[in-house]
Amino acid sequence: MTQLKINGKTRDVEVPEEMPLLWVLRDELGMTGTKFGCGMALCGACTVHLDGAPIRSCVTPASAASGREISTIEGMASDRVGQVVQQAWVEHNVAQCGYCQAGQIMTAVGLLKKTPAPTEEQIDGAMGGNICRCGTYPRIRAAIKQAAGRLAQGGE
Amino acid sequence: MSTTLQLSRRRFLQGSLGALTLAVTSGGLVTIARAADADAKKYGADSMPGGTVDDPLVFVSIAEDGTVTIVAHRAEMGTGVRTSLPMVVADEMEADWDRVRVVQAEANEARYGNQNVDGSRSMRHFLMPMRRVGAAARQMLEAAAAVRWSVPVSEVRAVRHEVIHQSSGRRLGYGELAADAARQPVPGTEQLKLKTRDDYRYIGKDQVRLVDLEAIGKGQATYGMDMRLPGMVYAVVARPPVVGGKPRRFDSEKALAVPGVVKVVEIPAFQGAPAFQPLGGVAVVARNTWAAIKGREALEIEWDDGPNGGYHSADFRETLAQASRATGKTIRDNGDAVSVWNDAAETERFAADYYIPHLAHASMEPPVATVLIKEGRAEVWTSVQNPAAAQQAVAARLKLKPEDVKVNVLLLGGGFGRKSKPDYVDEAAIVARAMPEGTPVKLVWTREDDIHHDYLHTVSAERLEAVIDQAGKVQSWLHRSAAPTIASLFAEGAKGQQLFESAMSAINMPYRIPNVRVETAEVAAHARIGWFRSVANIPHAFAAQCFIAELAHRAGKDHRQFALDLIGPPRRIDPGDMADTWNYTESPERYPYDTGRLRGVIEAACQGAKWGRELPKGHGLGLAFCYSFMSYTATVVEVAVDEKGAVRVLAVDMAMDCGPQINPERIRAQMEGGAVMGLSLALTSEITFEKGRVKQSNFHDYQVLRHNASPRVIRTHLLNDDHDLPPGGVGEPPVPPVAPALCNAIFAATGKRVRSLPVGTVT
Ligand code: FES
Ligand code: FES
Repeated sequence: MTQLKINGKTRDVEVPEEMPLLWVLRDELGMTGTKFGCGMALCGACTVHLDGAPIRSCVTPASAASGREISTIEGMASDRVGQVVQQAWVEHNVAQCGYCQAGQIMTAVGLLKKTPAPTEEQIDGAMGGNICRCGTYPRIRAAIKQAAGRLAQGGE
Repeated sequence: MSTTLQLSRRRFLQGSLGALTLAVTSGGLVTIARAADADAKKYGADSMPGGTVDDPLVFVSIAEDGTVTIVAHRAEMGTGVRTSLPMVVADEMEADWDRVRVVQAEANEARYGNQNVDGSRSMRHFLMPMRRVGAAARQMLEAAAAVRWSVPVSEVRAVRHEVIHQSSGRRLGYGELAADAARQPVPGTEQLKLKTRDDYRYIGKDQVRLVDLEAIGKGQATYGMDMRLPGMVYAVVARPPVVGGKPRRFDSEKALAVPGVVKVVEIPAFQGAPAFQPLGGVAVVARNTWAAIKGREALEIEWDDGPNGGYHSADFRETLAQASRATGKTIRDNGDAVSVWNDAAETERFAADYYIPHLAHASMEPPVATVLIKEGRAEVWTSVQNPAAAQQAVAARLKLKPEDVKVNVLLLGGGFGRKSKPDYVDEAAIVARAMPEGTPVKLVWTREDDIHHDYLHTVSAERLEAVIDQAGKVQSWLHRSAAPTIASLFAEGAKGQQLFESAMSAINMPYRIPNVRVETAEVAAHARIGWFRSVANIPHAFAAQCFIAELAHRAGKDHRQFALDLIGPPRRIDPGDMADTWNYTESPERYPYDTGRLRGVIEAACQGAKWGRELPKGHGLGLAFCYSFMSYTATVVEVAVDEKGAVRVLAVDMAMDCGPQINPERIRAQMEGGAVMGLSLALTSEITFEKGRVKQSNFHDYQVLRHNASPRVIRTHLLNDDHDLPPGGVGEPPVPPVAPALCNAIFAATGKRVRSLPVGTVT
């Protein structure tokens, strides 16, 4: 039995220790907002937060996440930074197919929590692991900057 | 409670019945060709299976609370059709978008018209039918209100979700009128009063966001990959590493011992040409995806590679290069390009060879399908571009009637041409058939599966030869292309590009050159070749657009001016005058090649980039342009190349003229995305083969553009929003000019000419 704390709620799952958190979330718990893109920490689609820091759930065994705070895209609507970032994503009409965007948002939220006013290079550095095959990069950049500005004003 | 308008049905442009055969049409698309129609030449939507339907009763229903439900009959893969087509209906019917709900149609081309989201056709073919749907619904609501008030219909008007009697000021909401409107006859096409452009509320106004936008940002949108059903099992397949191979023997004992694995199922190898059939192999079924992947790793399989085991892309490159230097099959011939070349002085001859490798689509959502078989019926949930093809494949596999196969279309996490082939849905049906009845099976492709077993973009060698005189005038032009054809998917051993492939940016070129010859070489395919966003325009435009820049340089002229001179003054060319009438399946009269529009985008892109400006050392601007899918695009790329040869793209200016702009904000999104995808294939992406096996496997070795390499500036310039023109395509046209513009910019920056993709570092 593995105990996981996800978006503030405790869940018990019966899975092999080495099963990646991604598949526990998606297949065992039905939390499909976290996406599968590569399975090798190469694309960022599966990004969740572990104790507030972005990690790739496709290569993180469930056992390694046990006892720590896991947050997923489903939890972002009740996260202050998450809300502001989600709103900026809507205002910039970022999504095309949208498949990568949960991961993009999770990485962006992680970035802004650590670095509230990121430079262009810091955005590149943080977001470099998140692929968008539809090519929404310029809008993601613009949305991150807008969200940073809003958060700096203390705001929604 | 919803009252659906229920009235007699009005159908338009339904194809007549006839024997059904699988064929590659002149449109380059696998369609069910109706033999009875074969002799009559049909264009546009009429040439597609299902044609168009504009019956409001099929697409619109109104609930008593006023909620208007509009059917999106085409799949959403990121272009915005699921929003834009219902938005057109809502605009014409004066529905308030805030009270509109969009529902996705299942596969049913007889009911909805063509559903194959491919070829940049959605707006091109369905703008007018969707406008007619909306106008008819509006007029039925107006007629119902007029009856209710006993006034002439000319005195009432629908405005924003209600009908108003002008003189008395009486109003009735759409919900209140729904039941009565349902008893009104559906107006015929000739009775429809379409809005004028000034009356548009949403079309061209950027007032409407994607219907799924908020759900996407919250992780609540449902893609094919997200399908879940009670009791569902998960499958992955070990496929033959070489196309046409099969297991000589396999042992599933260790796989079955992996916790969570429940079954191993053999998938039969395809017969004849690959078409949309599964590659074959061995499926592992498990309680979750991860157990299935682990089970697959434990399979022991000895493969028989079959006839393509010797495919080696480095050697094949030589084969293609040789074929591109030998006389091929002539497919366009004006004047006598060969004699002019033979008679020209060495100093007047110029030739160049270009190479573009195989490319994988690599949509972020790998292929995936869920199938449930129960009581003589099958139900499918999947992300496919062509739901009807999926329905036919599953029906054929399970020996069911197509109407007993329900295909639910979920969101696609990208498609780019890959998901128009439903081989993965067929695989899921095979596995579901092997499970106890009523067990839903989700068949998942991993990224490795996707890169190893894609329907790849072709690989090509392009040879250009020109005679350019002392005055810098191009006297002759020869373009010879050697590339495996998409037709090899459907006809075993098909060699050489088909007309639809050659037409794209090879035959279809408008330069005023007295002697022109276009040839294609006969080369075989050793991989599954498929459509990739903008298809054969990628290699043809890459070669031709680099070549024009090279000729301009030779002539000592500015590239932009040289190109405009080559195109000449604005004129309209019947594509039939170039060689054949193939014009992306559209009528040549309706869509002539308008060089004025081409000039327009070239000028706009150059203006946006401030062409001709002073640049720092190591920086360069490059231009390229293209006509494709009835739209005109031009791109200027600005690069900086450092002393180590590392290329950094600083900015892209993309200009497009697609005629009427229905949802400009989404058009710009496609232009931005096309720029990024074009740079991916130009800079880093390449699929290679050794011993018939794809060497790349995931995003570490099949590289696509990431944030840090993406230009920070992409300026889009949309031209000529002329609603009297028929609409052009939007999804594909942005891609082809990007790679040549990049290489032309690299030349401007460094003096080094890159003729082979991907660029990598410039040495
Ligand atoms: S799925 Fe985890 S990084 Fe790609
Ligand atoms: S929006 Fe499609 S992959 Fe990013």
